[in-house]
Order: sequence, then structure tokens, then C-alpha cells
Amino acid sequence: MTPYTVAFAGNPNTGKSTLFNLLTGMRQHTGNWAGKTVITAEGEFTHNNRLYRAIDLPGTYSLYSNSADEEAARDYIIFEQPDVTLVVLDATSLERNLNLALQVLEITGRAVVCINLIDEAHKLGIEINLEAISARLGVPVVAISARNKIGIEALLDQIERVASGTYTAEPLHIAYNEEIERGIAQLLPMVEQTVGRSYPARWIALRLLDGDESLMASLQNRMNSQTIPDPKEAVRHGVTACH
Amino acid sequence: MESLPATKGPDALQSLLSAAQKLADGGTIRDEIVSGIYGVSAEICAEAVSYQDRKKLNSTYKLDNIATSRIWGFPIMLAILGVVFWITIAGANYPSSWLASLFGFIEGYLTAGFTALHAPDWLHGVLVLGLYRGTSWVISVMLPPMMIFFPVFALLENFGYLPRVAFNMDRLFKKSGGHGKQALTMSMGFGCNAAAILSTRIIESPRERMLAILTNNFVPCNGRWPTLILLASLFMAGGAATGAFRTLTTAAVLMGMVLIGIIVTLSVSWVLSKTALRGVPTHYTLELPPYRRPQIWKTILISSKDKSLNVLTRAIIVAAPAGIITWILGNVFIGGESVLNHMAAFFDPFAHLLGMDGFIIMAFILGLPANEIVLPILLMGYMSSGAMVDIDSLGSIKEVFLSHGWTWLTALNMMLFSLLHYPCGTTLVNIYKETKSLKWSVLSAVIPLGIAIGVTFAVAQLAQLFGWV
Repeated sequence: MTPYTVAFAGNPNTGKSTLFNLLTGMRQHTGNWAGKTVITAEGEFTHNNRLYRAIDLPGTYSLYSNSADEEAARDYIIFEQPDVTLVVLDATSLERNLNLALQVLEITGRAVVCINLIDEAHKLGIEINLEAISARLGVPVVAISARNKIGIEALLDQIERVASGTYTAEPLHIAYNEEIERGIAQLLPMVEQTVGRSYPARWIALRLLDGDESLMASLQNRMNSQTIPDPKEAVRHGVTACH
Repeated sequence: MESLPATKGPDALQSLLSAAQKLADGGTIRDEIVSGIYGVSAEICAEAVSYQDRKKLNSTYKLDNIATSRIWGFPIMLAILGVVFWITIAGANYPSSWLASLFGFIEGYLTAGFTALHAPDWLHGVLVLGLYRGTSWVISVMLPPMMIFFPVFALLENFGYLPRVAFNMDRLFKKSGGHGKQALTMSMGFGCNAAAILSTRIIESPRERMLAILTNNFVPCNGRWPTLILLASLFMAGGAATGAFRTLTTAAVLMGMVLIGIIVTLSVSWVLSKTALRGVPTHYTLELPPYRRPQIWKTILISSKDKSLNVLTRAIIVAAPAGIITWILGNVFIGGESVLNHMAAFFDPFAHLLGMDGFIIMAFILGLPANEIVLPILLMGYMSSGAMVDIDSLGSIKEVFLSHGWTWLTALNMMLFSLLHYPCGTTLVNIYKETKSLKWSVLSAVIPLGIAIGVTFAVAQLAQLFGWV
């Protein structure tokens, strides 16, 4: 069996790397992203006799290509398509942290949201209703403390469910204002035809509207280096392609 | 929809982008997207997160109001820095002398052993007076301060204070034309300049990143702290001062060194951003993470292992062969003088202009691979050139210096030179790897060297002019 891949995403200072180190222990190595000057760590862990390959993405606040770090994290999630993207959030400043989770969910539904530092939050008198968040986001939400090893087993169970496809997510789609939605609707068919069905078309359309040239460059690279997914497939899936 | 052209293949991306730009029609899209996302975040949190006590949450803000205030920010920063130095110097003093006497004691036995075995003099010289002495000095001089300084600094880091330092410094860096994040890469430089060069990757604009790279070595790194601490405590405390006052003066001198480093960093950034690297600083957001209680024992253990031992190992690995080479250079005679003396004599006239001597300049040149070994090489150079002093306490190190004509000016200028001169070999290699430019790599060594020579020259000439020495 090939191992499942789990990408660790999260803001800086959320304890993402603490969790990564806790799960992978000594079974990790660091290196540079291919062609990028961003350092990353890769490791392995097992859960229920199943091997997982863990990738620690650079800590970022967004996936909007503001820096090499954000580009690397974005490209990994879009192009490598990990089996699970684990979004690590800081329980003590959830509102700001949720932004990244929402952006990830726009790209992939194969995600688990992990609210770290839950013990700190309790100390500060913050109560978090996990079910409510999970219901809104449409993906599993687990509260943990990587530092004090709380909730790790439950987190691994949820990662397994999403990785194996037992859990099929219905991720939240953000409804933007009318102007943006109209733009997305117009671009969507073209995007699907150009880049194929394997990439998140709605998100790419959104980024196009924002004029994200770095994403375009990454797509270009990607498409030059491999065959373009057959557009006919798109038609079979019931999406109208226009000429 | 039909009016928009859509084709297949990579070329289509460009037409996609221009189609999108037509649709976007203006620059407000990003704001709308962000406010869409923020709106949903706020909605979810309003629904799912409840606060028992808002006051508790505000403790971080209250602390930050003081720690990053315009009035108190800098005094608090300086006070904390001062306390860290004070703890380091006060705490390292005794263990250093203990270690030095222990190694001196063992050296007696080693010498006795070599004599008993009728080992030739040169062998005893190379192994005991060169190798053993060199490494034991490195350990006794460097280990205790490192064992205190690094953990204390790491605790401060884990507490969450460093981002506040960056916040305070941000204003100054903006004014000098650099990027605010340069404050962060500079803080990293206090640990290791070579690592800090890599950390400049967080700065996106190439211009601002180059500024951060070129000025990084003006903050003293791990390898230079021991030199600064030792010289400050030996020479800067004044003759009469003793005890607590002595420690306090030493700490103040070290703090002065750090401040000089920061002032030079800002000035060089300013000059460069007005000349070779012109431009306007870009904006960025700096997060102030909540203060957290550090995991005290874990932090101490990890910083001892990762920092203190690593630096020490590196120092010993480089210092051991350097010890042997220095001893050999000091004991191979050409025309009645040792090679080492010949070399030192060559640099002497120039060095005297800078208020130092040829041995010091030579130590800095030989110390290019690692700043850690500058001081050991210097001591070994002095020792092998005839003045045999038994090193069994830190006081006798001072005697070695004094017997070679050191004054407070020599010590001060060596500290300044150490603070300002070119970065170590590893850092230079990293600079080349990161900038891929020979020109900037050479400049990153030449600019600091020029400043180091200029400053020490000015200080030496002023001191001699006013008859202070």
C-alpha cells in the first residue's frame, strides 16, 4: 500500500511544527523545495498499521502568493494534491486563523481542521463549539494540544477517515459579492477547459480575477511539464465547454 | 460568455488572465475577496466561540501596550538585554576559573607524563602546549558564558519577546530605507549570521533583502560573543572596580557594543538605500503572538544541546588543528625569529594604526573559517612566542595580554573590529548561494571590513591624539 500523504498547513506560531515533530518524531528530514528557496520538513508516522507521509508546509497567513512561502504552500496543495491537508489553527486566536482554513477549503475538501493550543484557550476562558464549526466548514474538526499530547488519537482517526475516503466532505463555499460571483461564473468554463478537471477551477477563477500572476506562472510550468488533462472528460462530467 | 476567447494549452492561460483582468476591471477585487473570507470567519466564530472572561484575553494587549510603547519600548529592551548580559557575566565568572584551573591541573600531569616517558620536546609542544592548551582554553573561556547566555536568550524567545523587539525596531528600519522584517533577521544574527542569511528569505523584495544580507554581520553572533564577553570583563571594568560594580560595567560595555552594531546596521542600510540600493520600503504585517509561559527545562536542554554544544564542537574542531598549526608556526625559526613573529611583524605597522598589533590582525585573518577561533589563535600566538605563563586562571590570560603591551584601547579596538569586520566563511558562502552574485558577496565582506578599519583607526588616532593611552 502506498502511504497516505498529509500536508500540514497553518499560520506561523500555531504549534504546527510541534505537532509535526510529535507525530513524526525522529523519522523526518529537511530539505529545500524543488526550485524554491523555502525549507521544508518531511516525515513519516503510522496509525492503525497504515503508513502516512507527512509534509510540513511553510507557516503562512494566506495562500494569496504574497511570498515564496505562500507560493510553496499553495503549489503543494494544488499540484501535489495530498490525501489530507491538515490545517492547524491557534485556538486562542481562532478568528484570524480560520481565514487560512477557509482558503484551503476552497482548494480541497480533503482536509481536517485541527485546533491546537486548546488547553491555553481553556485557561483564557475560551469555549469552542467544535460541532458547530465542523458543521459550517463541512470537514472534521478536532481540538488538540500538541504540547501536552491531548487529542492526538482522535486527530489521527479523523485524518484516517478523510484519507481513506470514509468521510466525504461537503466543504463550505464562500459566497462572495455579486460582482466576484459573476466573474467566477464567466471564467469557470474556460478555466475548466484550459487546466482540466483535476485542479480546483472555482478557486483558480477567483485567483485569476485577483490577477494572481504567480499562480499563472506555476500553472504554466505545470502544464508545460506534463500532458494536459483531456478536455473531453470535462464534457462527460456534464460541464459545458464553449468555443 | 461567447465573447470571451478560450483555447486549449498553456498559451490559453495568458488569454484567461487577460479575460479575467477585463472582468475584474480595477483593483478592489482583492479587498472584496478578503472581506468575504473575513466575514465568514467572523460569522463562524460568533456562532461557535464563547468567552467567559474577556479580561483574561486582554492581558497580552496590556503587556504589549507597555512592551511596545513609544516611551517604554526601548528602555525595556535595553534593560532586558542588560540583565541577560549581567546574568551571563556574573554567572560565568566562577565556572570559567574553575574549568581553567582544572585544565591547568591536568596539564601539569600531562607534562609530567611526557617527561616520564622521555618524549621529545617538540611532541610535548605540539600536543600539550598547542593542541591541549588551545582546546582547553576554548572550553573554559567559551562554555560557561554560552551555557548561560543561550538558554536565557532562548527563554526570552519562547516567552514571545522577540517579535516585540522586531516591532519596536520596525520604525527605525523603515526610516533607514530597509524592510521592517530586517529587524527579525537581525535578531537571528545574534545567534548565527550564517543562519540569519537564510532567514532573509522572509523578505520578498530583492532590494530590501540585499540590505538585510549586507548588514547582518553587524550584530555579534555566537562565535563573537565569547570574545566580546571575555575582553569586556578583562579590560573594560576599570582597575579599581570590583564585584557587582565590575559586572555591571562589563554588561554596560557589551550593551554598548550591541548598540554600536545596531547603529552601524541602520546607517549602512540608510546609505545603501540612498545610493546603490535605491527604493521605497514595502509594507508588511507583523504578528505579535500571545506571550506564552516557556517550557523552562525543555528550552534549557534544547538550547544547551543545539546551541552551546554545537558552537563548542565547531570551535574545538577548528581550534584543535589551528592550535597545532599556530604552535608550529610559533616554533619554526627562520633567521632567529619564528614564522609567526615574522607574520605578525609584517602586519604590525598597519595594525598599530588601528590600535592593535600584528598578532590580532593575523588571528582575524586565520579566523576567517569561524569567528570562534579568533581568540584561541591569538592566545596561542602570544603563548608560543616565548612569554610562557601558566594558564590556571582567567587572570593569567589578562597577564598574557598585558605582557604583549595591551591597553584598554587594544581591547576596545579588538572588540570593535570583531563586531564590525567581515562575516565568517560559512556566512560568506551562504551569501553567495543566496544572492548568486559574486559582486554582492565580495561587497558583503569588503563593506564591513572597510567600516571596521575606519572605526578602529578613528578610535586609535583620537585616543592617541588626546593622550588617553
